[in-house]
Amino acid sequence: MHQAEPLIFEKSSPGRRCFILPACDVPEKPVTSFLPQKMLRKQEAQLPEVSEIDVVRHFTRLSQMNFCVDTNFYPLGSCTMKYNPRINEDAARMEGFTKLHPYQPVEQCQGMLKLLYDLEQILKDISGMSAFTLQPAAGAHGELTGMLIIRAYLEKKGEHRHKIIIPDSAHGTNPASAALCGYEVESIQSNASGLVDIEKLKAAFTHDTAALMITNPNTLGLFEKDILEICKIAHDAGGLVYCDGANMNALLGIARLGDMGVDILHLNLHKTFSTPHGGGGPGAGPIGVTEALKPFLPVPRIEMVDTLTAEDTAENIYILNYAHPDSIGKVRAFYGHIGMMIRAYTYLLSLGKEGVCKVSEYAVLNANYLLHKLKNHYDIPYGKTCMHEFVISAKKQKQKGASALDIAKKLLDYGFHAPTIYFPLIVEEALMIEPTETESRETLDAFAAAMIRIAEDIEQQPELVRNTPQTTPIGRPDEVKAAREPKLRWE
Amino acid sequence: MTHFTCGMKSMPADKLFFLLIVLLFIVSILTLLTSKLFTGYRFHLNRSVMDYIPNTECDKRKMLKEMGMSSFEALLENIPPTFRKFSSVLPSGLSEPEVLRDLRSLSEKNTSAGTCISFLGAGAYEHYIPSLVDHLASRSEFFTCYTPYQPEVSQGTLQVIYEFQTLMCELTGMDVANSSMYDGSTALAEAALLSTRLKEKNKIVCSRAIHPEYRHVLRTYLKGLHTEIVEIDTPEGITDVNQLEKVIGDTTAAVLVQNPNFYGCIEDMETISDVAHRHDALFLACVNPISLGILKPPGEYNADIAVGEAQVLGNYLNYGGPYLGFFAVKKELLRKMPGRIAGETIDSLGKRCFVLTLQAREQHIRREKATSNICTNQALLALRACIYLCALGKKGIAELSRLNLQKSHYAYDKLCTLDILEPTFQQPFFHEFGMKAKGNLRIQKINERLLKKGIIGGLKLSAFYPDLANSMLLCVTETKTKESIDRLVAELTQM
Repeated sequence: MHQAEPLIFEKSSPGRRCFILPACDVPEKPVTSFLPQKMLRKQEAQLPEVSEIDVVRHFTRLSQMNFCVDTNFYPLGSCTMKYNPRINEDAARMEGFTKLHPYQPVEQCQGMLKLLYDLEQILKDISGMSAFTLQPAAGAHGELTGMLIIRAYLEKKGEHRHKIIIPDSAHGTNPASAALCGYEVESIQSNASGLVDIEKLKAAFTHDTAALMITNPNTLGLFEKDILEICKIAHDAGGLVYCDGANMNALLGIARLGDMGVDILHLNLHKTFSTPHGGGGPGAGPIGVTEALKPFLPVPRIEMVDTLTAEDTAENIYILNYAHPDSIGKVRAFYGHIGMMIRAYTYLLSLGKEGVCKVSEYAVLNANYLLHKLKNHYDIPYGKTCMHEFVISAKKQKQKGASALDIAKKLLDYGFHAPTIYFPLIVEEALMIEPTETESRETLDAFAAAMIRIAEDIEQQPELVRNTPQTTPIGRPDEVKAAREPKLRWE
Repeated sequence: MTHFTCGMKSMPADKLFFLLIVLLFIVSILTLLTSKLFTGYRFHLNRSVMDYIPNTECDKRKMLKEMGMSSFEALLENIPPTFRKFSSVLPSGLSEPEVLRDLRSLSEKNTSAGTCISFLGAGAYEHYIPSLVDHLASRSEFFTCYTPYQPEVSQGTLQVIYEFQTLMCELTGMDVANSSMYDGSTALAEAALLSTRLKEKNKIVCSRAIHPEYRHVLRTYLKGLHTEIVEIDTPEGITDVNQLEKVIGDTTAAVLVQNPNFYGCIEDMETISDVAHRHDALFLACVNPISLGILKPPGEYNADIAVGEAQVLGNYLNYGGPYLGFFAVKKELLRKMPGRIAGETIDSLGKRCFVLTLQAREQHIRREKATSNICTNQALLALRACIYLCALGKKGIAELSRLNLQKSHYAYDKLCTLDILEPTFQQPFFHEFGMKAKGNLRIQKINERLLKKGIIGGLKLSAFYPDLANSMLLCVTETKTKESIDRLVAELTQM
C-alpha cells in the first residue's frame, strides 16, 4: 500500500520559512498610526510554517495520489475527459493575457477582446446559434443564465409562467438551476426507447410552462430524433427550449443544435473544447441564443465597431457594451473565465474545420466500438447504437453479488478510472461510459478486456470484485462516517 | 513569357472564349469544394491537422468491420438528414508554430501589467506569485483530473481541498469553509440566497460600498425570487450606520458589508454586526484574504458568513477570470452551505483519508431541492491558493499584509502633498484609496498621460459612482517598489 502523506499543518515547525518577501523599501511607520487597534487581528492565523522543499514534496506527493487523463483512461460518462493539449496551456500563460487587468480601458485590451469576439463567432458557427455570451463560469452557471434569460424574455412579453419541464434522464443541475431561478420543476418520464415521450410532453407543456430543458444527445447517449417536433410543441405553447450542451462532443461538424429549434444552448468548454478539468474546475459554460433572445444576454457584450483612425482610415475596434437595457444583468464579476476561453480558442485554431469534424466522428466511433464489445457481457437497456457515450446496466451482475459500484472500484485496480455510476437515474445499476475521440483502439480494447474479465469474475467469484480496490493509495472510504461526524478542517 | 503571349495571339477568339468558360468552371468547382457551401463531416482535406486523435482511417475501418458496420454513416441513422447540411466558415486547422504566432500577436496587442506599472485594483489585484506555485500547479496530475468522484484515486485533490478549507477557516476565523465558488461575486450572491432560505425573510440590506459588480450580480441572482435589496449609502466612504438602523427591520434576512470596502476604506464591522444580530438578521462579511494578515477577521466580529475573492492568493489577473470565491460559515450553517465540501474519514483498513461529503445538500442528489445548482468548484485555483498560503506561512501572511499597508500609505502621503490631488475620503484604509483631481484636470486625461509614461493609473470611480466625479481608486500592493511609487508621484507633479 501507498504511504499516506501527512497534512501540511502536521509538517509545520516554528520558525521555518518558504517564500520570503522583499524588505520594505519605504519608510515604515507603526501600524497603529494607520489603523486603530480595534481594527486589527487579535489572533494570528495558524498557517503552516514549512520550508520550500516541504511544500514542493508535499504537493508533488499529493499529485501522485491522483488518477488523471495524462496517466489513465478516464471513461467518465457525461464528462468528456479528452486529452488536454499542452499548447493551450502555453497560450493561456502568455503575459499579455495573465497580467491584463479587467478594468484597463478597452484600447489597452484589443488583442484580448479580439480573441473573445472571434471565439464567440466560432461557437456560433459550430452550434448554429445567433449570439453568444462567454460570461457563465460553468455549465450549471450557463443553465442559471439561460433560465434568467427565459424569464426576462417572457416577462417582457407580459407573461409570467411558473414551470420548467425536465426529462427524468436529465443532469441534476437542470432542476437545481430552474429552482434557483424560482421556477417549479416538472419531471417527465422518458419513453421505452429512453427518449422524450412526445405525448407526455404535449400533455405537460401548458401555457404556464416557461420552457423545456433538454439534453441532446441525452444522457443515455441517444440522439433525440424528434427534436424538431419537441421544439414545436414548446413553441406552439408559447414556451422555449433550453438545451444542455454537455454532450456536444457527439455533434461537432455532424449537426447543429441551433438548426433543430432550440432557443438557448450552453457549451462546456471543459468538455467539448478540451480545457482541463482541473480536479473539478474552473470550467466555462458560454451560452448561445436565438436572435429573439439576444437582447437579454448578460452585459457587457463584446462588440466590434468601425472607427476612424487619426489618418482617416477605417479600423475595427472591440468594445465592452453595457447599453443593452433588456439584459438580465451580470451573472459574475468581470467577463468570464478568460483563461479557459484562451485555451478553447487555441484548440479550435489548431483543429480548424477539418479537425472539428473529425472530433465527433471518432468520439462516436469509439463509443460504439466499446458498446459493441460489451453488449454480450452487460445489459444494454437502451439502443443498439449510441452517439458519443452509452449506458450499460450491471443489474445482472448485481444479482450475482457485485454492483455497479464494485465494478467501478475493480476497474481502478486495472488502472482505469471508473465510468460515471448510478446515473442517469432511470437506469438500474447504471455505468455511463464515454471514451472520447482521443483514445486509441488499443486502449479501448484493453478497457473492454478488463470489463469482460470483471463480468466473468462476477459469474465465478463476485468477492474478487467486491473486495476492491486493492492497489490504490487508499481502500474504500467510510462515507457514512464522513457525513455523520463531519470533520471538515484540521485542528 | 514572350512565347506565351505569341501563343495567345495566335488563338482564335471563339476558342479563347471556350477556354475561359472551362477555366471558370474549374475555378468555381474548386471554390465550391473548399468553401462554406460544402461542409459537414463528410468533407476532409487530405492535409493532417492537430486533432489529437490517435486512431487512423485504417483503425476506423478495422473497428467498423469488427462491429459489422459498412460505414460510419450507419451510426448516425437517427439524425434526420435535414440536420446534416449546414454551412461553416471555420478556417482550416493550423500547426503549432502558426497557432502560437497568432496567440502571441494577440497577447502582445494588450498593454499589461507585465510591461507597465499598474495601480489598478478594484476587486482584481496584482500580487507577486512565488515560482513554486506555477510549477506545482502545472503538474498534470492536478490539472487533468476530474472532480474526485472516486476517492481511492483522488486523494491528492481531496487532501488539497481539505487543506484549503482549513486555511480559509484560519484566515477568516470561521468554523467551516467549502471547497470554493466561481468567484467572489457569486459567493456573495449565494450567501444572500442562503440567508433568505434560512431566515425565511425577503429583504437583503447591502452597503453601497460593496463592489458594484458584486451588487449587480446579487440583483441578477435575486431577481424573480421576491426579494428586496436595500442599499445603504456611504457618504463618508463607509457604510452609514444610522441609515442602516432606520432601514433594517424584522423582515431583513441579512446585512452585507465589504471590508475593506470598494473604496479601500475599513468599515466598523463590529458595530454593524451587532445591528444585524439585534434584528435577527445574518451578518455577511465580504473580505479580502490578503488583508486578513493584519485586519480583524470575520470570526472575531461574529460574522455568520464570510465570503470573498481569493484570486489574490496566488492567481493571475487573467483579465478577470477564472478566479475563485471562498465561502466560510459558522458551524450552525454547515448543512445550508452551497458547494462541494471535503471531509476526513477512514478507509477500509482504518487509515485516515478524505472524501467529498455532506452531498445530500447537492444537486446530483437533491435536484431541485438542493442548496445551490453549483456542481463544480474552482479546484485548480484553490490548489494555487493553498500552495501560495503554505509558501507564505504564518509569518509571511502577516508580513505581506503589513507590506501592502506600508506601501499604500507611503503612496497616499506623497500624493496628498500634490496640489492637483486630494483624498476622496478621510478614513483608515488598507491598500487602496480614492484620490480626487482638483481644478480642471480630468481623471481621464491624467490616466492617458500616465500611460504614455508606462503607468496604468487608478480606476475612474465615476464609472460606478456618478456622485464621485473626478476621483480615481488607486491600489498599491507589495509589487510596487518605492521607485515606482516615486515615479507615479513625479509624473503627477508635472501635470
